[in-house]
Order: sequence, then C-alpha cells, then structure tokens
Amino acid sequence: MTMPATIKRVLPQLAALVVILALNTAIAPGFLDIAYANGRLYGSLIDILNRGAPVALLAIGMTLVIATRGIDLSVGAVMAICGAVAAALITGDHSLAATILMTLGVGILCGLWNGALVAFLGIQPIIATLILMVAGRGIAQLITEGVILTFNDPGLIFVGSGSVFGMPFPVILWIVIGIAASLIFRTTALGLLVEAIGINRRASALAGIGTSALLLAVYAASGLCAAVAGIVAAADIRGADANNAGLWLELDAILAVVVGGNSLMGGRFSIAGSLIGAMIIQSVNTGILLAGFPPEFNLVIKAAIIVVILVVQSPASHTLFAFFKHRPGRAAETPAGAAKPEEGGAR
Amino acid sequence: MTSSRLFPLATTFVIFLIAYGLCIAEFPNMLSTRVVGNLLTDNAFLGIAAVGMTFVILSGGIDLSIGSVIAFTGVFLAVAMGDWGVPPVLALVIVLALTTAFGALMGAMIHYLAMPPFIVTLAGMFFARGMAFLISIDSVPITADLYDTLQGLYYRMPGGGRLTFIGVAMLAVVLLGIVLAHFTSFGRNVYAIGGNRQSAELMGVPIARTTILIYALSSFLAGLAGIAFSLYTSAGYSLAAVGVELDAIAAVVIGGTLLTGGSGYVAGTLLGILIMGLIQTYIVFDGTLSSWWTKIVIGLLLFSFIALQRGLVWLSARRRGAAMPA
Amino acid sequence: MIGREPLLRADGVTKEFFGVTALSNVDFELAAGEIHALVGENGAGKSTLIKILTGAYRRDRGRIALEGESIDPADVMDAQKLGIGTVYQEVNLLPNLTVAENLFLGREPKRFGLTSPREANRRSREILSQYGLDIDVTAVLATYSVAVRQIVAIARAVDLSGKVLILDEPTASLDAAEVSRLFSILEDLKARGLGIVFITHFFDQVYRIADRVTILRNGQKVATRPIAGLERIELVSMMLGRELQEQEAHGAEPVDYSKKPVVASFEGVGKRGRIAPFDLTMHAGEVVGVAGLLGSGRTETAELMFGIAQPDEGRIAVDGRPASFSSPREAIHHGFGFCPEDRKLDGIVDDLSVRENVILALQARRGWAKPLSRKEQEEIADRYIAALDIRTSDREKPIKFLSGGNQQKVILARWLATDPRLLILDEPTRGIDVGAHAEIIRLIGELRERGMSLLVISSELEELVAYATRVRVLADRRHTGELEAGAITPDTIMRAIAAGEDETPGDRGGKGRAAEILAEGAA
Repeated sequence: MTMPATIKRVLPQLAALVVILALNTAIAPGFLDIAYANGRLYGSLIDILNRGAPVALLAIGMTLVIATRGIDLSVGAVMAICGAVAAALITGDHSLAATILMTLGVGILCGLWNGALVAFLGIQPIIATLILMVAGRGIAQLITEGVILTFNDPGLIFVGSGSVFGMPFPVILWIVIGIAASLIFRTTALGLLVEAIGINRRASALAGIGTSALLLAVYAASGLCAAVAGIVAAADIRGADANNAGLWLELDAILAVVVGGNSLMGGRFSIAGSLIGAMIIQSVNTGILLAGFPPEFNLVIKAAIIVVILVVQSPASHTLFAFFKHRPGRAAETPAGAAKPEEGGAR
Repeated sequence: MTSSRLFPLATTFVIFLIAYGLCIAEFPNMLSTRVVGNLLTDNAFLGIAAVGMTFVILSGGIDLSIGSVIAFTGVFLAVAMGDWGVPPVLALVIVLALTTAFGALMGAMIHYLAMPPFIVTLAGMFFARGMAFLISIDSVPITADLYDTLQGLYYRMPGGGRLTFIGVAMLAVVLLGIVLAHFTSFGRNVYAIGGNRQSAELMGVPIARTTILIYALSSFLAGLAGIAFSLYTSAGYSLAAVGVELDAIAAVVIGGTLLTGGSGYVAGTLLGILIMGLIQTYIVFDGTLSSWWTKIVIGLLLFSFIALQRGLVWLSARRRGAAMPA
Repeated sequence: MIGREPLLRADGVTKEFFGVTALSNVDFELAAGEIHALVGENGAGKSTLIKILTGAYRRDRGRIALEGESIDPADVMDAQKLGIGTVYQEVNLLPNLTVAENLFLGREPKRFGLTSPREANRRSREILSQYGLDIDVTAVLATYSVAVRQIVAIARAVDLSGKVLILDEPTASLDAAEVSRLFSILEDLKARGLGIVFITHFFDQVYRIADRVTILRNGQKVATRPIAGLERIELVSMMLGRELQEQEAHGAEPVDYSKKPVVASFEGVGKRGRIAPFDLTMHAGEVVGVAGLLGSGRTETAELMFGIAQPDEGRIAVDGRPASFSSPREAIHHGFGFCPEDRKLDGIVDDLSVRENVILALQARRGWAKPLSRKEQEEIADRYIAALDIRTSDREKPIKFLSGGNQQKVILARWLATDPRLLILDEPTRGIDVGAHAEIIRLIGELRERGMSLLVISSELEELVAYATRVRVLADRRHTGELEAGAITPDTIMRAIAAGEDETPGDRGGKGRAAEILAEGAA
C-alpha cells in the first residue's frame, strides 16, 4: 500500500470529518482554538481526540475482525473485565508493569476464546462473541466484587489522564497503536491474507492460508485493543466500574469501522478509515453538545448515520445505480468490459 | 418430529427439571406457588419480548432493538397519560401502533436494502432509545385508573401465590406464539426462510411480506412487553430495559432454538425464560451469592447450548458423509 | 409427436444480461407425454432457458405458449399456477422442515383458519404412495437421502403444477440404483401425460430415458432431434461444435514409468463413506486422467491427496518418505497444488485483484512474515498474464470482473507460481469459453513435458484422451480400473466406467473386473 492509495481510500471520510468540524466551528466560533496550559493542550479538538480514544482503540481491533467477515460484540465486556483486572492487580500491590502486562494478557485470552469458538467450533462470530458479551460483565463484577474498585497509583492514572508533549496520553496511545497495527498488517502479508479469508475463507484455506491461526490472531488482536481501551477507561475515572465501563462501546466501534468505509461483508479494510470514523462519531457528539441539543440526541443521529451508510452500501442501491454491476451469479460468466465501481461504499 | 429436532428442547426441559429439583432440595420453600407466581410476574415482560425474538431468530435474523423499544413504550405511556392527557386506552393503542410500524420499517429495510438484520436493528436500537430520551430523560411515574385496575387483578393460587395479570398475559402470548408458529402459514414461512432463504423463495414463500411481518411482530411484542414492564414498575424510564435484547436472545437459545434459524420452539423459549428466572430466584434465596453470577451462569448455558447445536449439526453432517468445508 | 399442438412451445426466446446475450432466438417445444432432454456445455444457456420457462427470469423477446395459449409468468409461483413445475439440482426444498411441510409449503390445508398438520400429513402419505415412497412424513427432510428428497421435490412440483415438469440435473448426486428408481418414476409421469424437460450431463441417461433431445451451444439452439437413430458421436459434436477426430490423433505417447522418478505414492489410502482405499503412484512427467461419473469419488480422491479430508487408512509417501497432510497447507509445503472444481466457491477470492490472486498461494507458503514485495508481485503476475494469455485490462482489476476462462487461468497461475511438483486439476475446463478451453489443454501438455506430475479430473472424455498418459477410472466411490496410454479413447473410457458401475461392491480398488473387460476390449 503506497501512501497516495491510502489517502485516496479515506478521502470521503476525511471530507466528512472536515465538514463536521466546519459545522462545529460555525456553531461554536471558538471550536478550533487550542490553548497550552500546565504542560498540556486544551481545546475542543484535543477533547475530541481524547474522548474518542476508547472507541478508536476498539475500532482498530474491530476493523481486523470485520475484515475477516466477523464481528466482535464482546469488546465492551472485555473492557470491563480488563479494567477490573487492572484495578484489582494494582490495588493488590503488583507493579505497574506487571499489572499492565497481565491485563493485556487477559485481553488476549478473551480474544483467543472468541477466536477459538469461531475458528475451531465454526460458530458464527456474532453468536460466538455474544457469549462473552453476556457473561463478561458478570466476570468483571466477580473480580471487582460488585463495587467500583478505585485505585490511586499515579502510573496507572497517567495512562488515562497523563500527557506527553502536551498531548493527552490516550491520544498518543491510539495513534501509535493505530500506526503500529497498520504497519504490521501492511508491511507484512498479514493484511492481504486477512482480506483473503474475509472474502473467501474456503478458497483461502485451499490456497494454503492458515485460516484458523489467522482468525485466532485477529480476535486476539481485538481482545488486546479492548484491554488497552479498558485500562484507559479505568485510568480515566481512577476506578473499575464493571457495570458501565465500555457499555455499548462495541456498537460505537462497529459504527466507527463502518463509517470508516469498511464493509461488514469483510475483505478490504483500512485502519486509518476506522480511526477517522471514530473521530467523526466523536465530533458529532461534541457538535451536538455545542449546538445546545440534549446529549440524548446523539443516539438519533447515530441511527441516522447507520441508515445513510446502509442505503449507500446496500447491494440493492448498487444494482439500482450501477447498470454494469451484474447479478452475482452471472458476473463470472460474462466478460466484464464495464468499469469497476470504487471499493468502499461510503461516498 | 425426529429426535434431532426435539433434542435441544428436551435437553432444556430436563435441565429445567434438574435445576428446579436441585433448588427444591436445597430450599424446599422454592416449591411454592408463591415462587412460581413471582417467577411468572418478574419475567413477564422478558417472556413477551422473547416470544417475538423467537420468531426473529427462527427466521435467521436478530433484533437488537427490543430493549430500547420497551423503554420507549414506557416513557411514551407515562408522558402521554400524564403530561399530554391522552386517555390510557388510546395511549396503549397508539404506542402499539407506533412500535409495530417501527418494526415493519426495520423489516422493510432489512429486506429491500439486503442488509444484515444485526446492523439495521442496531440503528433501530439507537433510534428508539434516542426517541425515549427526547420524550423524557426522567423516570416518570404512571398514575392511571386503568393501571391500578390491571395491577390489582390477580388470581390467588392455593398456597398464597399470586398469578398476576401480566404473568397471565405472558402465558397467553406464549400460547398465541405457539399457535402462530405451528398452525399458521406465516409460522411455516418463518421456518422456511430460516431454513434456506433461497429455497423458500423458489418454493413461493413471500419473503418480503414475511420479513416485514416478523420484525413488525417482534416490535409489537416489544411494545406489549413495554406495557407489561410499565405495569410492573408503574413508571416509564428511558434508561430502563438496557440489555433486555441479550436476555431475550439468551432465553431463546437456551430454549433450544437454533441461532442460525429454521429450528426451534416457542415453548422452548418459555422454558429458557423460566431457567433464567430460576437462577435469579436461587441467588435471592441463597442470599450470599451475588447477582452477577446470573450473568455468568447464563453465559455458560449459552455456550453449552451453542456448542450442543454445533455438535448436532456436525454429527448429522458426518452421518450423511457430506464433505466438511476446509 | 409431429402434427400435434405441443404442450409447451417457445419461439425466438432471447435474453440479455447487461448487454451480454445469454440466449439468442431459441425455439423449443415439448409435447405432452414426452421426456425431452436439454443438453449443452456449461454456459450454453440451458439454465437461462429453463429459468425463463419457469418464470425466474423474464424474457427480453420471443413468445412462450402453454397448450396453445401465450403465457408470461411473472415469477416461479406464477409459472407453477400455470402448470410448470421445476426441480432444481439441490437448492430445492427445505431440509429443516418435515416432508409434509415441504410438500404443502405455501398451500397448507386449513381448518377453522388454522393450518392442519394432521391433514397435511395424511395427504402427504397419499401423494408419496403414488411414487412408491413409504416414509415418515413427519420427519424432517434432512434425515433422508438426496434421492428421497429428489422424489419429494418431484412430487411437490407435479402436485403443484401438473402439466410440465422441469428437472435440472436431478441425477447429479444419485447412485445407479437411485437413478433407476427416478427414471421409473419419470416413465410413470410420462404415461400420465406430463411433459418432462430433463437437463443432464450424462449421455447414457439421455439415451436411456429421453424421447427427443435439444442441444444448446453458446446461447443458441443447435438442433432438436429424436433420440432414436441419433449417433452418440453426432450428439457430442453438436454439443462441442467441433470434430473430435483431430483431437484423438493428439493422444499422448505411452510413458515408460520405470525411468520417471516417483513424486508421491498413495497406498491403500481411503476414507469410509467417501472413497474406498486406493493405490496411486504419481510420476514426474505424467498426466493421470481421472474419469468417472459425478459422485463416483473423483473429487474425494483429490481431497485425500491434497489434505482437504484426512484418510482413515493407508500410507502416503512423498519422495519416498512417509508423509501425512492434516490440511492443504501441509500438502502445499510438499509441493502440491490443487485447482478446485467449483472455481467460484473454492478458487477465486473475488474482490482481490488478479495480481493478489496469482500470488496468494505462494505468499501463503512463504508465511505472513516474508511478504513478496510489490515489485515481485507485479513481476509474477505479469509473467503469468503473458504466459497464460490471461485477458484482463489491468493486473489490478478484481478477478470477479474476468470471464470464467480467465479466472480459471488465474487460479492455474496461482499454483504455477508456487512451482508445484504435483498439480491436481479438478474439472479445469468446466464452464469456460472454447478458446480458453483449448489453451488449458495445451498448457497441461506443456507442464507434463516440463516434468510436472499432473492429476486431472474431467468429465470431458475427449479431453482426457487429448492429454492423459493414463486414465484412472472410478465408479461408485471406488477406483475400478486403469487405462494405459494407447488404449485411451472416449469409447474405452466410457466402457470402463460402465463396467465399473456394473461391478459388485466388494471388489476393492486395483484392477478388478473392469480392467479385465478392458483388456479384452483392447485386444
């Protein structure tokens, strides 16, 4: 993947983000102002980057899972579990490094569980991850014993509210992890292999791709991202709230991926697109607040966004607008002289 | 009916009996009409919604919006009867019409946009919850004579247990659901679509109409569940019933319905609801166990049933000697 | 039949899909009490024609008349009501519903406004007894064999429609006894005055059951002929649109195996219920053709050889060393390659580009951590696009926009890029255009000369004759015989298959009676 191709791919998302930011600026003239005080940056833009961190982190793993034609409904619950684990470990006098490593390990384990159900038992992803989605919060509460487990370890708190070079640490985290994930998947063959199994798992297996191992890895990556998001969310409030940590964030993460131009049908994916998608969602949230609408309005807007994307991505509207798109059953039989519609529906 | 079709349902029934037996062995008090009455009353709204979810899952779909629809119904009723002065009966009719139309709209989008039900009903979930918030963000008490009357309606069973109006309503919905599933063309069509959409279409099943009806039914029953919930709590609250869709899905699966569609029973869903209620009752009786065990046990049951279903599918594929895809 | 008004008549039916003609000015007629075979290669327009007759597609031009009255069925239901019923190959009926529910779906008997399962069950037993089928109609269809399901589907179609019955490859996955049973049912229906359209790939079945045959090629009708007096060879040449003799002359030279190194050997490899144990030694520089009817165990043989399914007995050796494959991945690491029969489902990764499809297997073998650079990928893709004459405007074009023949060449390129020693091709020429067809046959010969070991499964007998150095014959999930180079002609292959089908089960693999018969034939 060369840079220009990557940028071209996310152009519609970038345009949407710019429009929303412009609207926000029109509503609140001070929107773009950024101030520097007490060693960190302040301003609505920074706020968007910071508050969008958990969803952005989840969206990285979710992008990979969706690229394999899967879905991970459990990430919100895994966030709660990992927040609880981190809080329990740090209050149990473990070192910061041990706490973080073990918490990340728990996240990976959760992901491996999902991945094993999908890869080895052949359970549909939505169903497989539903199990942990239901049970996960119970497990988290088991760890916190039903209370909000607070902590005051400065190191752990730093993860949620510290800043580096003026930038809030969660922002650094999601940008770095996002870039790292993109590099890992695009400089190796992983990206291609993941896309291949998302498009046609049988053909991929017959071509010698280790589909099971890849699926495991992808769900583990999603679990890992959820663990990081869980630590950030817990560190932000200096406590693990098993009931509310990451509640419904799996849905926001899926939305971010879809807004990022990735198809729920798997295949071609763009982590950058999903991250921009997460920022679009956060910008809309902020815009609604700035415009003086009640925050509850958010949900209606999200519903509207989904509907718009569905209409744009829908195969039905494709056949309606694109005469050269043949019936799926016929396409292969027919020499296609027609031009190819650009990938990614969200335009 | 062959054994493999009935096997999950039979398993559920046996699990229920064993679970109830174990509960009684430990707490003999649980064998009382009081417990049975409460079991029905406490789970009435969930049971009603789960019947709708059963049809959705039988057709191979999923409906994530029902919790939000329940909350919307409660808030709408509370505000309509309280602030807007709408007569209670009219308010009930309006809210059921609204929710049914809402479901039909989701069904139409699923069919005509050819999009996964999961994402369409996700939008529905956001929308219904958002609308509930827009009506009111407070918990609004409901004061209406109709509500007092309905809440006062109950049959005292021998032993002191109360068979309440909403408990009976739930059982009635289950009965009607059984009739609808097994003794109407609509029911047959739901199973047909869940079995194989393409074949069903070739055999002349009206896919569009059936899909729209399925989601309309699910939302209608979610509306009805919302009414039951408002009768149960005497209030409407936009944050109520969060996650009820998960409980309903769990009840349907534990009830022996195949999550991939095409196989299952409405009666099984009632058993699923009762098993889940029993776990909660046990935890209450025990007193030392925490409520979060409910979720964990339900998660375990979910896993067991999904694994059991996969096992059955795998076995029947093996028996036929069919090639397993790589 | 001549002189009577036909039961069903189509005149000048034309259908285009987005500017590509699938059916061009086709006439067709079906008499009452007739079984009319419809034959043609894949892509000839058979399925388009029946989909138009059954209302699944609307025709662009032309006229269709049923019993002299012009009809224009809007959908499948409409055609059924008019009297035209269809039984598709397998995507029929609903395995999760009971037999009775399948028979009465959409027209459930009612009592007091509710459906009456009891009545449906009673009437189902009644209907099925006409077909000599006495089964539990309350059991779900999934518990019955494909043959029973097929009969239930026919019963439903006849009960629903009653005038015209269209059967789309109904025998594809039936064994010989089941086919006979099906045919006796068709004879009964014919006697009852139904008109039956029968689509099949199997010549012997055309000759066994049909009264007339209509041959389609490239969307056009070639001819309609009474079966009586129609030479097999004439039928084949009408289907293929070419003379066969010249290809037969190109038959491969006999190979002296003793001088060829053994690439891999399979000894007593088998899997219960899929394929009886077989021995097979693959040498470098030979093409082993595999012939047999559908369902005879051809694909199953390939699946065991490539690690898609695991044998439950037998020994495999590669280069003389014992080996076992638990997945295609391991077979690939031994230098094996496999082009599957179902290109769409098992071959192409449709959204990926031609380049990515070409390098996929090579990349998978190298592992994810050792990516081919973009430049290497482009070089490999360009090399094979040129070598195999893959017609694409651009190597970055998604493979789904290529024609079937070109997709097949891309899949071949995918394996050639891995430089395999043993390449298994399952129906490599199915459903592709004539030009690509010839090129693939030429390529197989070239690869053999370069020393590759090839196993080629094909239903096209003339094709096997053209490239095989020996032909393994399968019947009824067993390897029943082998033809050596020199003895390979379409006729000997066909006779070997037929001999294998007649054999009593129990003869295991190797050279059984079929081989003896062949020896006699060759002598």
